[in-house]
Amino acid sequence: MAWQSLDIRRRSATTTPMPQVRESTEVAKLIDISQCIGCKACQVACMEWNDLRCEVGYCVGVYDNPPDLTAKAWTVMRFTELENDGRLEWLIRKDGCMHCQDPGCLKACPAPGAIVQYANGIVEFHQEHCIGCGYCLTGCPFNIPRLSDQDHKAYKCSLCSDRVAVGQVPACIKTCPTGALHFGSKEDMKEHAEQRIIDLKSRGFANAGLYDPPGVEGTHVMYVLQHADHPEWYAGLPQDPAISPLVEVWKGWTKPLAIGVMAAGVLASLIHYVMKGPNEISKETEKEVENETRPE
Amino acid sequence: MNVTRRQFLKVTAAGLGSSSLAMLGFSPQPALAEIRNFKLARTTETRNTCPYCSVSCGVLIYSLGDKSKNARAEIIHIEGDPDNPVNRGTLCPKGAGLLDMIHSASRLKHPEVREAGSSEWKRITWDDAFTRIAKHLKADRDAHFIKTNADGATVNRWNTTGFLASSAASNEAGYLTHKVLRGLGVVTLDTQARI
Repeated sequence: MAWQSLDIRRRSATTTPMPQVRESTEVAKLIDISQCIGCKACQVACMEWNDLRCEVGYCVGVYDNPPDLTAKAWTVMRFTELENDGRLEWLIRKDGCMHCQDPGCLKACPAPGAIVQYANGIVEFHQEHCIGCGYCLTGCPFNIPRLSDQDHKAYKCSLCSDRVAVGQVPACIKTCPTGALHFGSKEDMKEHAEQRIIDLKSRGFANAGLYDPPGVEGTHVMYVLQHADHPEWYAGLPQDPAISPLVEVWKGWTKPLAIGVMAAGVLASLIHYVMKGPNEISKETEKEVENETRPE
Repeated sequence: MNVTRRQFLKVTAAGLGSSSLAMLGFSPQPALAEIRNFKLARTTETRNTCPYCSVSCGVLIYSLGDKSKNARAEIIHIEGDPDNPVNRGTLCPKGAGLLDMIHSASRLKHPEVREAGSSEWKRITWDDAFTRIAKHLKADRDAHFIKTNADGATVNRWNTTGFLASSAASNEAGYLTHKVLRGLGVVTLDTQARI
């Protein structure tokens, strides 16, 4: 089945149901950290394809360049030097949007249509609907979206939805010289990851595993980790990511409750109008009041 | 326009009510897929070789228009050539950023010469450049060509000039390079394709 999806599965701040009849393949990006050499070709290809050029920065003493994700740098290699069992390991993680199945950014977003999730699993920001509130930054369990100083709108990786829509792999996947990046149906990616994990285990990485955190119902960007029991070793990859309880409280029951209270107020006013009617004052009373207030 | 107090209140209430309804989600915008259009549709695809290192990866160059008379071509995107056996579609960070090298303001686009004693680079035509190179080569070859060695055997060596061939050259271009240079007697012939 083609990767293309014209169907939106979820849309921020929208209560009407989304189309669900047509079937669509769920896609996924698989990042095999054990095969990454940190060349940053994916960073360059990402900027080239998406027409982004981030400002030329300065060396901050580490290999991370740019030092953090920005509105114009949607993916960044994070380098960690790990001393483990007397061996030095260089862990290089390609950071960027994880495309959660249960996206915290989308749940937190109050602007209708600013964040959508396609039926193939890609979570995309539509900046023309973005109001720049930054709630998606709070909602994201992976600290990915960035607000632009230029237009005060939030930006992040789109998984090259325009390429995927025409059956092409994302720009980062295509360029990867070592083949550390893979793209395809989520099922196929999980299968490929299994083979890689068997290989890594045979090479002495007993805890090798797949990072597809259930806290966000799985992600459409998955990692093969040499140390799946310690994801935090990879530049602070969260052990068990979950959407912030603040978002759940606000969107889960505070907002419906507030809407309920508002609706109850409207209903109560209507009932009052029907039962009691407008407050009518007879001509006599009015005259009396006028006489009372008139100075003598 | 005369508006009574009652009319004013009615209009205000209606406005407030309808905007509240919209806020409650009763009037959503149509939910349509809004994927960016694929920017390479109907662009011209040209195959070429990456100029950076000796690996010589194949690239696909995408340019605006269809090469028609009035369409001005402009390179807008470059990615790896999947049919090239060297890189099979992949590119390193330098190759992936080729687009910016092509559009770089400091890119050398024509032959230049700096005459002996001058500190200025002067633009010359390709014809002038080739003539100049040929003259220099001929002068050097005429002065230093070794026809025979000490024993009188014919060797036809030209030891004072070397040649660095391109690693991006095809088999055919490589064959021609070899034939021409060996025919002239050049011994020091190398390519950059050895890293």
